[in-house]
Amino acid sequence: MSTAPPAVHVSGLHKSYGKLEVLKGVDFSVAAGSIFALLGSNGAGKTTVVRILSTLLKPDSGTAGVAGFDVLAQPERVRASISLTGQFAAVDAILTGRENLVMVARLRQVKNPGQVADDLLRRFGLTDAAGRRVATYSGGMRRRLDIAMSLIGDPPVIFLDEPTTGLDPEGRIEVWKEIQGLADSGTTVLLTTQYLEEAEKLADRIAILHQGTIIVSGTLADLRKLLPAAKAELVERQPTLEEIFLAVVKKEPS
Amino acid sequence: MSTHVISNTGVMLGRSIRHVTRSMDTVITVTIMPIAFMLLFRYVFGGAIQAGTANYTNYLMPGIALIAIASGISYTGFRLFNDMQSGIFERFHSMPIARSSVLWGHVLTSVVSNAISVVVIFAVGLLMGFRTSAGVLAWLAVAAILTLFTLSLTWVAMIAGLAASSTDGATAFSYPLVFLPFLSSAFVPTATMPGPVRAFAENQPVTSIVNAIRALFEQQPVGSDIWIALGWCVGILVVAYAFAMRVYRRKIA
Repeated sequence: MSTAPPAVHVSGLHKSYGKLEVLKGVDFSVAAGSIFALLGSNGAGKTTVVRILSTLLKPDSGTAGVAGFDVLAQPERVRASISLTGQFAAVDAILTGRENLVMVARLRQVKNPGQVADDLLRRFGLTDAAGRRVATYSGGMRRRLDIAMSLIGDPPVIFLDEPTTGLDPEGRIEVWKEIQGLADSGTTVLLTTQYLEEAEKLADRIAILHQGTIIVSGTLADLRKLLPAAKAELVERQPTLEEIFLAVVKKEPS
Repeated sequence: MSTHVISNTGVMLGRSIRHVTRSMDTVITVTIMPIAFMLLFRYVFGGAIQAGTANYTNYLMPGIALIAIASGISYTGFRLFNDMQSGIFERFHSMPIARSSVLWGHVLTSVVSNAISVVVIFAVGLLMGFRTSAGVLAWLAVAAILTLFTLSLTWVAMIAGLAASSTDGATAFSYPLVFLPFLSSAFVPTATMPGPVRAFAENQPVTSIVNAIRALFEQQPVGSDIWIALGWCVGILVVAYAFAMRVYRRKIA
């Protein structure tokens, strides 16, 4: 671990909706350039944390900083450092894929919006669908477009709120590949997920948010230490249904 | 940041104008329904209505324009509501842009799209015999009143779009507004109405706006009507804007 300041730092975060206490003192930090998974069941407060970090919601107490800026004191600097991909693909269904990308590029005052859009369309395999309205896209295509929109302007920190919820296995693997690619190029990724497998595959560090607090956090190896040591057993390993599905689907020429 | 406001708002305007032009039902209802009313009143009821005027098309033009605007702004509420629902509103608010551009994009789209439908309606009116000798200044005054009326109702629509929990809620507020011209001087002189109806008709905003526009087209003195009309529009605008901003602040925390 380097001594660089964390890309995301959260401390003592509290948030209630009326009488319902959603966050009861959440603390964690995310090292720059790493993938951090916030794991939790539905309603655990993952989205609330992400909304606070994206300056969409104010915490009741506690501090939250992104890229060295405080979310309450310097919200504009925070917004310039992040991109949010929300739980539901926040794309404009009436515009075409390319128009969505050009729109975001113009809003972020990026040079050559058209060029930026075309590059991203190619990278995310959407070139053929570029001129079609997003309303005609599949769930996986929408999600890819959504993530592509988040990359415009090269924000150093990206929040992905349940990026693979509702995707088929192939779509999920594509998104995983992109997330890994982002981290490899130095972007900090904070992702929330309810899929244990996703956290296991992608994350450098994992935190489990349960009933408003982080109950466990660390690397996968750290978390494994919390359980009894692994036993060696001889078991014939059957292929998982996912492996079968992918194998069968790949045989078909598309 | 402030230099971004204009550019951001321009992008937002371009975006929702595309929404208008790409949903044909919007374009059709916003222009066809008032045109249908115009045909109905001119060619069906018109012969029986004693408006005390030689050219009934001239008489009904202002009211038809107001109906078009009142039905047009329901789509403003609808578009804003959809943005709130789809999550794109939150995406915009998490971006390094002037946040005000998100709402102003909708407001300007409302003004532009309603202006287009009013122009179409006046073109049809000309075909049906609408004639005026009004000069440039009078036309500009009419345009200004209609724009102000659009702005006022647009901010009412913004409240509905921000606060609604269903599509119906985001659009239903406009139905009574569409109905208001019928209870005004828009189609028949208020003097023919029974007491309480007449009292309502003569003291609601549409009558003063209709009378002011009519006077401008006929090059008559506008009298106090124009000030009452402007007072209503500015009053509605200020109150609706204040409410909309309150709802907006509560929504974005």
